[in-house]
Amino acid sequence: MSFAQTSAPADSAVELRGVHKWFGDFHALRGVDLRVAPGERIVICGPSGSGKSTLIRCINQLERHQDGEIVVNGVRAGSEPRQLNAIRREVGMVFQSFNLFPHLTVLENCVLAPVSVARQNRAEAEARAMALLERVRIPEQAHKYPGQLSGGQQQRVAIARSLCLDPKIMLFDEPTSALDPEMVKEVLETMIGLANDGMTMLVVTHEMGFARQAADRVVFMDQGQIVESAEPDAFFESPRHERTRAFLGQLMH
Amino acid sequence: MTDASRMIAPVRRPSWLPTGLIRLVDTPLNATLTLLVAAVLVWAVPPLARWAVFDAAVLPATPETCRAAAGACWSFVIAKHSQILFGIYPLDERWRPALVCLGLLALLAWSVRPSAWRPRLGVIWLVMLLAIQILMGGGVLGLTPVPTAEWGGLPVTLILTVVAIGGGFPLAVLLALGRRSDLPAIRTLCTVFVEATRALPLLSILFIASIMLPLMVPEALLPDKLMRALIALLLFAAAYMAEVIRGGLQAVPKGQYEAAAALGLGYWRTQRLVVLPQAIAISIPALTNTIIVMIKNTSLVLVVGLFDLISSGKAALADPAWSSPAIETYVFISAIYFVLCFGFGRFAEAMERRNKASRP
Ligand SMILES: Nc1ncnc2c1ncn2[C@@H]1O[C@H](COP(=O)(O)OP(=O)(O)O)[C@@H](O)[C@H]1O
Ligand SMILES: [Mg+2]
Repeated sequence: MSFAQTSAPADSAVELRGVHKWFGDFHALRGVDLRVAPGERIVICGPSGSGKSTLIRCINQLERHQDGEIVVNGVRAGSEPRQLNAIRREVGMVFQSFNLFPHLTVLENCVLAPVSVARQNRAEAEARAMALLERVRIPEQAHKYPGQLSGGQQQRVAIARSLCLDPKIMLFDEPTSALDPEMVKEVLETMIGLANDGMTMLVVTHEMGFARQAADRVVFMDQGQIVESAEPDAFFESPRHERTRAFLGQLMH
Repeated sequence: MTDASRMIAPVRRPSWLPTGLIRLVDTPLNATLTLLVAAVLVWAVPPLARWAVFDAAVLPATPETCRAAAGACWSFVIAKHSQILFGIYPLDERWRPALVCLGLLALLAWSVRPSAWRPRLGVIWLVMLLAIQILMGGGVLGLTPVPTAEWGGLPVTLILTVVAIGGGFPLAVLLALGRRSDLPAIRTLCTVFVEATRALPLLSILFIASIMLPLMVPEALLPDKLMRALIALLLFAAAYMAEVIRGGLQAVPKGQYEAAAALGLGYWRTQRLVVLPQAIAISIPALTNTIIVMIKNTSLVLVVGLFDLISSGKAALADPAWSSPAIETYVFISAIYFVLCFGFGRFAEAMERRNKASRP
């Protein structure tokens, strides 16, 4: 099967059609449809357990969906390893708990995949990693171990590490939820910088300031379904669904 | 006196006394312990020193020297060191096992430095094993052939230790990964192997390898006795180390696998670059324990008629010209085991420090 042969229009970065996901008997995603244009920034919010993580983890296939179709950058997510590799090459992911490799230095974290998977020359990969560490403003930490860094610094390293593979799409799963309040800002600023550079981003977060400032669209999920999807202004000023209003009301308090 | 007042009571400390000495007597308990230890030392050290040093027989290394002395008979160890170290290996050829021992110890010392851990280290060890086979066994390059039945002493102990542990370790890693595999066939195979091996005493595995196996399979089709014991030890060591490593694998958080997967690392790269380095670092204390036990376990091959260090020491004691100074011989052999085990313990400690430095 060729990757070019796909039903997705070339102008969508990610497309989900009728996606269902079960964990055993539990129906975690119940028919999710979502189209993300290249360069579009989407914020996903919703109550805990509503399936936000499951949704973005299906996009890079950390979770396998059981029904429906997911097309990432023209590649249909399926069972073939080639499809999986093609998708993961294009999609970077940042986790709530950073998940840096504690036995490697910051720089080694950054060049691990470029050197071992993408077969880049080590010196070039290191130069590129240093440039990205510069961009997230921690080049001076390059030779430290993750355990020696603050949470905010670790999360910025995690962002740089993903960027080292030149992804076209970045997934963020509550990137600031594990951070002390004073460190949230530095990570959000890094993400806003990334958004301004035109990266396609899907961000699960409850930082509504970020949503207003950087998102093209806010998606509200509840019980495994997308309930509402709107531009930030419309989403916050005039939510159409009762469940969205209730959720936003809770966030305010 | 209340607890609190005892805690804050100032310790009067003359400034010229170092803190270390103060600690010996600063509380009634410490003072009592100090006195007790001192009493034991006074009671034990002088007779021991008299036996081991002042009344000991050393040179000339003849039976007469020992008969004349009241203390330890080190003359025996000196006179018989070659037999204890090399067993019944032909007298004129003993430079060969001596060279093997030196080479093995030198390569071991060289291999423990992290800077030596490159793929070529494996190649160097394979060459070393080949060199050992040629030097010990002969038959080529004009070396007199010496069958393995005549190998003995320290080189046998070293070969068994190095090959059983060095070869068992990679196998253990594979077994540990196999027990966590998604493929049921591999998981079952690894589990059955590990559980069966651990359920049998090492002695019975050695008996199976050296005595029962030849009853079922024609001896001509089997590797020789030393090789069979070597394989048995290797498999036994692998089963135990596999469980220790599996414990380490379980301690690596799920997020590490997910981050590796998201970066596009496949199964083997994830294991090799991300998971195993962490799992093995976590397992070091338990692995050290297992490996030190295995070093000493190699001496069990004497029950199947192989001449390791202990058996060759025992054989040396059989000389009727001497008064069988068994304690002295075993002290000498124990010292060698101590150096091996203690050396390995220090190496493991250095590894732990090295890992700690990277994860404060
Ligand atoms: N690996 C899993 N096994 C079983 N249930 C899971 C698993 N992952 C998530 N779930 C369940 O799926 C639902 C959605 O989870 P998740 O996507 O993590 O929610 P969110 O990120 O919105 O808080 C939750 O009820 C959760 O308990
Ligand atoms: Mg979540």
